[in-house]
Amino acid sequence: MAIADRAPLLTIDGVSLRARLARAERSRKLKALGLILPLFLFVLITFLIPLGRMGYKSVVNEETFGRLDHTNQALSEWDGQSVPDEAAFAALAADLKAAQEQRQAGEIAKRINYEYAGAISKFKSITRTVSKMETGPYKEVFLEADKVWGDPRLWRTIRNASGHYTSYYWLSSIDLRHGAEGLESVPPDQAVFVDVYGRTFWIAGVVTVLTLILGFPVAYLLATQPAHRANLLMIFVMLPFWTSLLVRTTAWFVLLRSEGPLNDLAEMIVNQRFEMIFTRFGTIVAMTHIQLPFTLLPIYSVMKNIPPSHVRAARSLGAGPFHAFWKVYFPQTVPGIAAGCLLTFILCLGYYITPALVGGPRDQMVSYYVAYYMNNIINFGQAAALGAILLIITMVLYWAYNKLVGIDKMKLG
Amino acid sequence: MKPFNFRIDSKAELGSYKKVRHVEARANETFRRSSKVSAYREGVGLKRMSTSGSAFVNFIDVQKSYDGETLVVKDLNLPIRRGEFLTLLGPSGSGKTTTLMMLAGFEVPTHGRIELDGREINNVAPHKRNIGMVFQNYALFPHMTVEENLAFPLAVRKLSKADIDRKIENALAMVQLSQMRKRRPAQLSGGQQQRVALARALVFDPKLVLMDEPLGALDKQLREHMQLEIKHIHQSLGVTVVYVTHDQGEALTMSDRVAVFNDGAIQQLASPADLYEHPQNSFVAQFIGENNRLSGIVTELNGSHCRVKVGDAGEIRALPVGISNVGAKTTLSLRPERVRINPGDGACANQFEARVEELIYLGDHTRARVQVLGHANFVIKVPNSEGVPDLEPGSTIRIGWRAEDCRALDAF
Repeated sequence: MAIADRAPLLTIDGVSLRARLARAERSRKLKALGLILPLFLFVLITFLIPLGRMGYKSVVNEETFGRLDHTNQALSEWDGQSVPDEAAFAALAADLKAAQEQRQAGEIAKRINYEYAGAISKFKSITRTVSKMETGPYKEVFLEADKVWGDPRLWRTIRNASGHYTSYYWLSSIDLRHGAEGLESVPPDQAVFVDVYGRTFWIAGVVTVLTLILGFPVAYLLATQPAHRANLLMIFVMLPFWTSLLVRTTAWFVLLRSEGPLNDLAEMIVNQRFEMIFTRFGTIVAMTHIQLPFTLLPIYSVMKNIPPSHVRAARSLGAGPFHAFWKVYFPQTVPGIAAGCLLTFILCLGYYITPALVGGPRDQMVSYYVAYYMNNIINFGQAAALGAILLIITMVLYWAYNKLVGIDKMKLG
Repeated sequence: MKPFNFRIDSKAELGSYKKVRHVEARANETFRRSSKVSAYREGVGLKRMSTSGSAFVNFIDVQKSYDGETLVVKDLNLPIRRGEFLTLLGPSGSGKTTTLMMLAGFEVPTHGRIELDGREINNVAPHKRNIGMVFQNYALFPHMTVEENLAFPLAVRKLSKADIDRKIENALAMVQLSQMRKRRPAQLSGGQQQRVALARALVFDPKLVLMDEPLGALDKQLREHMQLEIKHIHQSLGVTVVYVTHDQGEALTMSDRVAVFNDGAIQQLASPADLYEHPQNSFVAQFIGENNRLSGIVTELNGSHCRVKVGDAGEIRALPVGISNVGAKTTLSLRPERVRINPGDGACANQFEARVEELIYLGDHTRARVQVLGHANFVIKVPNSEGVPDLEPGSTIRIGWRAEDCRALDAF
């Protein structure tokens, strides 16, 4: 250091050593960057940007922002409890007229309808009415057309939807809404999502535990068998892994049907048919089957690396077979168990096709509702909020897992 | 094949290991005085046991086959004395590890009986045999600290917490690792892990300790240090040790007796000195130490002497060991350090002209490869001391050896 402080070191041809080193390193760094760039771009384009878009969609008033500006301004002074004044009605009429000319009035009606059931038809008829009118007063016309226009809740909904951002989708995803006095729970007949999340985590948890109970002994068998037999067994384990998810789910559909082979067998033996398809039972059985390799393989790979001499040493030190297994072998498999279970649990949270095909209406998981809002309702905001909440809960669980177990202890292979 | 030992050094009549053993004896003396081991000995209440007496471990007609077609261990009869350090030495696949595993209880003999302290243990589970074992790669439990590793056999035996603590302390002091109690195996060097494994195998005071190539993973210097350390611990505790290795230097350094295994059978069971000085067959002669081999046919056999015709070149007088009749093929075994250069007339029964082919300087001695009796790979060890003639490659010298030093063994 002392030398470097006095004068920079030079290479033989007189250039500063530091500059030379930086130049020599630069090409290496560029090469390294070049190697990761394709994947980085891929992840950016296909994962990070859509994730950001999804988050944005879940908080923005896409259908109404910029189309209810007059109304928004007119309602800015409104107390939120009474029927608004003529100015507000006139502003809404003007906004609807403008929207009708751009053929966007239906969008507004749809957006308000999310929060105020039945609003879509009222909006359509009043839009038709006001389009024909040249001047006001509008308030009487509105109230004459339908007394719903005198409901402060409808006007609150309009005010909330006219801004740029909304918390509606997020609140609705956890069964909450803006009421007259701040946040309130939605009526019980509309509250579904908390139940759906609970169900999603419950099914994922049960499937994870089942795959562990079923997979652990198989992994142990595979890890302790001689290579040729282990390879054969491995093919049986991997076979479902190599088959398409949809094909496997369809196979379960066929097996579990009331006229399916399992029920035929049951009828022969106990003279009774069981309801297995479209039940929670069917969902869990099919998911457990599909997830089994994901839990098993990390455990297997960890077990494969535990030298057999460890158990032998424990035996020679005086431990019985079970004691040796439990105190010496099992603790060493924990990183594999953690990895396998975390993998299965997180994959289970996102299950869609299997519950949709073999589960009943009460067995659908969050992904089903995401798809439902995307494909059937075309309500991207709700779908995005549901997905984002699932992502956040998963990340919190991952964080908790990392705190408790330590992610560096996890071994995938 | 490795040369006998780096320590081989002189023309001395006795094998150089004797010298080594002499040095060791002195080292043992000082070591025994050291408080650590004696404290351990008192702590565990062990007394030095007699090495004589009836067999402590006994293999009786033991055979082992894994596939029902070939025998890995053939008709093994091996009595092991109480307090003895016995080494099973042999090349890989010779059955030595299988023998050890049968004794530990991890393999079941296909035929025969194994007795421990007069009791048949064929059907005793490994954890009920009370045998300490040190494994090749130590088999320390990676998820436990040193302390927990050592506590494992004691906790299984339901000792009180105070007893466990005291025994751990004594055992760690014995291997000089007292300050490592809280470390995990991964935080220890190879040598330290080895010591922990040793302490763990001894901490519950087994009467018998098995070691399966415990020093194989260590570097040469550490290995030699640990050889002496294990030997000293054995001597001070008086436990019976059965040690498996393929390193003959290790076997000779440490053992009271060595069983040389080959092809599933014991080739010779003897003390290290006996093995080196009096190999009973050409496998042992070749496996233990360095050895000049000359093939020939017996032409004369009378009691303690015989003559063997080697090629067309000449006849050698030798000591008959593994031959039965005139006309039989034999392999003559002659240690390189027993060959004398320019022997006086009548000093050696065998004297021949030899041509020096190659000289390799090795510090304390020089290896001379000479051509004699048509053999080009005949090796002589010439000590680098005064009065030894300088040799030149290509020159012709006169060499000789005594008939007693040249053993006529079975044809190899």
